[in-house]
Amino acid sequence: MSMLHIVNKSPFERVAFESCLAHAKAGDSILMIEDAVVGAVDGSSFSGKVKAAMSDKTVYVLGADLAARGLEGKVMDGIVSVDYAGFVDLTANNDTTQSWL
Amino acid sequence: MASINVGGKDIPLDEEGYLENLNDWTPEVAEVLAKGEDVTLTSEHWEILNFLREYYEEYQIAPAVRVLTKAVGKRLGADKGNSKYLYSLFPYGPGKQACKYGGLPKPTGCV
Amino acid sequence: MSTKNFLFVNRKAPYGTVYALEALEVVLISAAFEQNVSLAFIDDGVYQITKGQNSKETGMKNFSPTFRALGDYDITKLYVSTESLAERGLTVDDLMELTYEDADDDYAEKPSIILVNREEMAAMMAEQEVILSF
Repeated sequence: MSMLHIVNKSPFERVAFESCLAHAKAGDSILMIEDAVVGAVDGSSFSGKVKAAMSDKTVYVLGADLAARGLEGKVMDGIVSVDYAGFVDLTANNDTTQSWL
Repeated sequence: MASINVGGKDIPLDEEGYLENLNDWTPEVAEVLAKGEDVTLTSEHWEILNFLREYYEEYQIAPAVRVLTKAVGKRLGADKGNSKYLYSLFPYGPGKQACKYGGLPKPTGCV
Repeated sequence: MSTKNFLFVNRKAPYGTVYALEALEVVLISAAFEQNVSLAFIDDGVYQITKGQNSKETGMKNFSPTFRALGDYDITKLYVSTESLAERGLTVDDLMELTYEDADDDYAEKPSIILVNREEMAAMMAEQEVILSF
């Protein structure tokens, strides 16, 4: 059983992203969209938590939301950028999806 | 907007005939709402209406029919806690019709 | 209709936004369709089930009593995050007493609230078929 966790809130404004990381299990996937993509930036005060999560989970970011914010070149290594079709594939390839609103 | 007149007072109803303001309810209002659908309220009807109003007072919701049936059975006995009995009193659906006369909103989950 | 395991995840405090009330309405609707429904209270969601709520002066409806009706709807599992309670200076004693009558045990009254830590919460989530977040 694998779960896709979707986060859309900045970790600097809300605790949703942090709660997501605390409840995701090994083997799960985490996808950052909308304001949550700021969590993909390397060297932030939050990046350590994302790196720790990447030890046993796969972390994705929606490229369009990253580009919209001018952050494409600042993403930490290991995060997989997906387009909208990749977003759909992720929802289809996991057993369940949970949104952390 | 639709309304009924009870004792000289105009009481507004929503588009489905439920009270716009739950505080407008009185037993007379119930009688008038029932009469509008050619129903004369008997003591059997009132037993259910009072039960529903107490349920709403305690839980702030009108129960779904399944829940109402079970709860009536527990409180008033198995001969009343079944859909046959409740539909005989409220043929348009015990949830919808009884809540309307009881001055409560349509049950949540009722379509 | 097939029955699925539904989990409703509540992470927002009541009254400030409409999420909590909307979630409760959807919970009641899904239970009316006889699905296997559980609730989780995480982060500010734990504020939804504190006891002694009185919203009178705000002009908003106090919907906390409705949580006490969930047992009637056969919703008997309310998972509450122990970390979220502790972070907010709350204990289980600050929560409403929520119970259900167990039909398989001579209608004995049993607590609906299940305190779980993050690991247990994550394991419970992994067993769900549908997760709806509010």
